Amino acid sequence: MEFALSEDQRLLQDSLKGVLAGAASLDQIRKIAVGDAAAIGALETALDDFGLAALMVPEDDGGLGLGALDAVIVQEQLGYHIAPSRFLATAVAAKVFRTTGSEYLAALASGEMRIGLALTELFSRRDGAGLEAVKDKLAGKALLALSADGATHLLAADTKGRVHLVAAPATRTAMQTIDRTRTFHEVAFAGEKGALSISPLPEQIAFARLLVAADTLGAAQAMIDKAVAYAAERQQFGRVIGSFQAVKHMCAEMAAKLEPGRALIWHAGHALDTGDTEGPVMANLAKSYMAEAGTFIARTATEVHGGMGFTDLVGLHYWFKRIGVNRQLFGSPEQARETAARLQGFAA
Amino acid sequence: MKLDLDPEYEAFRAAIAETLAKNARLAPTSEDKGYKNAKRIAWQKLLIRHGLAARTIPKAYGGYGAEPDILKARIIAEEFARSRLPGPMAGQGISMFVPTLLELGTEEQKQAYIRPTIEGEMIWCQGYSEPGAGSDLAALRTSAVEDGDDYVINGSKIWTSTAKQADMIFCLVRTDPAAKKHEGITYITFPMTTPGIEVRPLVDMTGTANFNEVFFTDVRVPKSGVIFAPNKGWQVANATLTHERGMLGDPNATKARFLELVTLMKSESVNGERLIDNALLRDRLMKLQSEVYAMQANGLRITTTRLKGEQAGLAGLIVKLNGCDLNHEIARLAIDALGELGILYEEGEHLRADGSWQWRYMYDLGLIIGGGTAQIQKNIIAERGLDMPREPKLAKA
Repeated sequence: MEFALSEDQRLLQDSLKGVLAGAASLDQIRKIAVGDAAAIGALETALDDFGLAALMVPEDDGGLGLGALDAVIVQEQLGYHIAPSRFLATAVAAKVFRTTGSEYLAALASGEMRIGLALTELFSRRDGAGLEAVKDKLAGKALLALSADGATHLLAADTKGRVHLVAAPATRTAMQTIDRTRTFHEVAFAGEKGALSISPLPEQIAFARLLVAADTLGAAQAMIDKAVAYAAERQQFGRVIGSFQAVKHMCAEMAAKLEPGRALIWHAGHALDTGDTEGPVMANLAKSYMAEAGTFIARTATEVHGGMGFTDLVGLHYWFKRIGVNRQLFGSPEQARETAARLQGFAA
Repeated sequence: MKLDLDPEYEAFRAAIAETLAKNARLAPTSEDKGYKNAKRIAWQKLLIRHGLAARTIPKAYGGYGAEPDILKARIIAEEFARSRLPGPMAGQGISMFVPTLLELGTEEQKQAYIRPTIEGEMIWCQGYSEPGAGSDLAALRTSAVEDGDDYVINGSKIWTSTAKQADMIFCLVRTDPAAKKHEGITYITFPMTTPGIEVRPLVDMTGTANFNEVFFTDVRVPKSGVIFAPNKGWQVANATLTHERGMLGDPNATKARFLELVTLMKSESVNGERLIDNALLRDRLMKLQSEVYAMQANGLRITTTRLKGEQAGLAGLIVKLNGCDLNHEIARLAIDALGELGILYEEGEHLRADGSWQWRYMYDLGLIIGGGTAQIQKNIIAERGLDMPREPKLAKA
């Protein structure tokens, strides 16, 4: 028995960390947040060169043949550096295509097909929005599409809960969220024809939620690291504030909440890879767990920084907002818990 | 990541399951109450013979004499849980004193104490905390003054579980009042029948006396009861505390309680609706499940680091804090789910689960405080896990 990351997985983690330390430094992220095309392009190129698009595509289709656990480790690093990336959408698409649509895998790996996700209809249908599918032709509006910028195709959910692979429509409007590290769009469809139409499987939705949980894991870890470092430097009353129990206990509580979340995310990733029937339950529980732990850590780490935490100067708010968006993305913690309950027969 | 076991271990599991099934009829039941019950002692001896208790204690001292193997220990615990048969005896003698003695005792002490202790014939209690020395244990003041081959002990201890039943006590006493507080302490053992010892039960909020106060008045005990060396008691005690913290917050015990809560919420109905069908209660249940699963995965991670001989770091330091809190929260939801009937506590037609949820809710709060308070745990997590600075020492007046 071995419940730990492999040597290869640690290597993957470290080398990605190296790439992100440069291309997704806070200075770069500040530029990306105001739409600086050079900074956005530099990060995109760095991640493309790293080969993220091919990660979960089988080797026979030109990919690296890695699994959900590997994807989770990658997403954690992206979250740690609050880096925008198409990786999450690509990984979800690869998981879908491995079950249905294997003919698209090669294009996904090569970067020829660039995927965005317009899945909001699966989690919350709204007045004044919604996609209707009539004979595979899509019409209507999808809200909060992720990675729609520069996408060639979208995985888009209709009001009946089916998901379609469709060429990305030209008409899209930015929806500005609190999180400026990532872009979201309203996408208008006018009869585009779906190439593929599926009913998403529980493990596919669970995987998307698990990736969001992993993103929060990384972002929350970064906030703890920053809070502990700040507490070791900032002096008040003639001593560093990290020597006060009030501050130490805040940091201890953050660590105590986060560490089990990391283990749960690893366990869920591994279970999805091995086809363990508990995999989808664990992944949904992980989404809920990290939503709650992340919210607590985002608030507490900010408070450890005192007034500085509230300013734009230290930039802590980028992580705070990333975690805030992740909490709602692909379903609230309450929805993830209800899914987990249904999967276990606890709810009708 | 590899969570299945090698064939060697699967075979081990099958053999354990078979041994338990074959001997199940000899197991004590709830009728066999109390310490030193003949049936319980016979069961304990049978478990030792089959390597299911005192597994790594050397044969020379009455144990089974196996090499330590974390996975085998885990499999044994899992098979006891699965079979629902009573597990090996625990308690402070077996779980804390014996490991300490094996590490630091003399050959004579090991020969005298280990066999009767692990077989359940000799009960121990622990004399650590004092009214004036709780979290600051090293401030203890119970004094032991040399007199020829003896020490004469005066003072008192508190939170002493099983003091009424115990044959022996292992105890921290101050032997050098002039030394720095950590350097004048001695770890000593002596019989509870020694003249001058008075035990008073300490009734707690559960309504029962789970602990005692112990008073020593001119208690004369031989120096041969000292473990390791005089004035080295702090090191000896630290060896033992490591064993205690390992006992509190076990994620498998927490999972078992969670499953009991699920059973309760599926079987109990209020206003014609099963508790689990109430969306508000179910949401709270699932939130707890996410924490139970997270602590279980954390436990797997710790097991792996120990198998590799590495330190578990933060993952290990948080177990007592999180585990005890989670147990308390599970009991809290059970009570809330039972609603007005959840407040019942005495035998009666409408009492549920023998009142055990209320009992646990209160007793688990005791465990959040005991064995190193939650606040002390947070200091440890911050200082050892996050490398934050220690509390500055107050300047001496």
